[in-house]
Amino acid sequence: MIKSELVQAVAARNPHLYHRDVENIVNAVLDEITDALSEGNRVELRGFGAFSVKNRPPRSGRNPRTGEPVFVEEKWVPFFKTGKELRERLNPDGED
Amino acid sequence: MTGKTVTRADLAEAVFRKVGLSRTESAELVEMVIDEVCNAIVRGDSVKLSSFATFQVRDKKERIGRNPKTGEEVPISPRRVMTFKASNVLKNRVLKGHQKSKPKG
Repeated sequence: MIKSELVQAVAARNPHLYHRDVENIVNAVLDEITDALSEGNRVELRGFGAFSVKNRPPRSGRNPRTGEPVFVEEKWVPFFKTGKELRERLNPDGED
Repeated sequence: MTGKTVTRADLAEAVFRKVGLSRTESAELVEMVIDEVCNAIVRGDSVKLSSFATFQVRDKKERIGRNPKTGEEVPISPRRVMTFKASNVLKNRVLKGHQKSKPKG
C-alpha cells in the first residue's frame, strides 16, 4: 500500500469528503508525527505502536575497506515499537 | 526538547487546524487513517508512505532464545513481526531538529 492507496481507502469510507481533503488529512497526520519526533517528542498510538527518537552516541568506527579509524558523530534516529494489539493481530494464535 | 507524548488527540487537533473539519470528525478520520494502515499490515501488505516511512511484515522462523535471568534455553515460536524503516526525509528532519537544539562547542 502506498500513500495514494491509503488516501483512496480512507476516501472510500468518506464519500462526503473531497479526495483533496483526505489527502490533506493523511498528510496532516504524517506531518504532525514528523514534527513531534523532530522536536524530541514521543508519539504513542495505542493499538498501533509508538514512535520515538533514539540517541546514538558518538563512536569511533572504521573504514571497512582501509581499516582506517573514523570518528562517527552522535546521531538521533527515528524508532518505532509495534503496539501490543497489532503484535497480537499479526500472531493471532501465539501465546506471546 | 520538550519530551512530551503526542497522542491521537494531538493528531486530531492538527487535522482540525489544517483541514477545517469539526473536532469530532477530525478524530474519526485520524482513527480511520491508523485503522487502514493497521489493516494493510495485518493483511501482510507493506505500507510505503513516501517522505515518511515504510512498514513491512516479516516472517520469523523458530529460533532458540535464552532466558536472560536463568540462562535456560527456550524455543521462540515462529512469528510475524512488523519492521519500520524511516525515510531519509524523516531521518534528516529528526537529526536536524536535535542538532539545532543541542549546539556543539
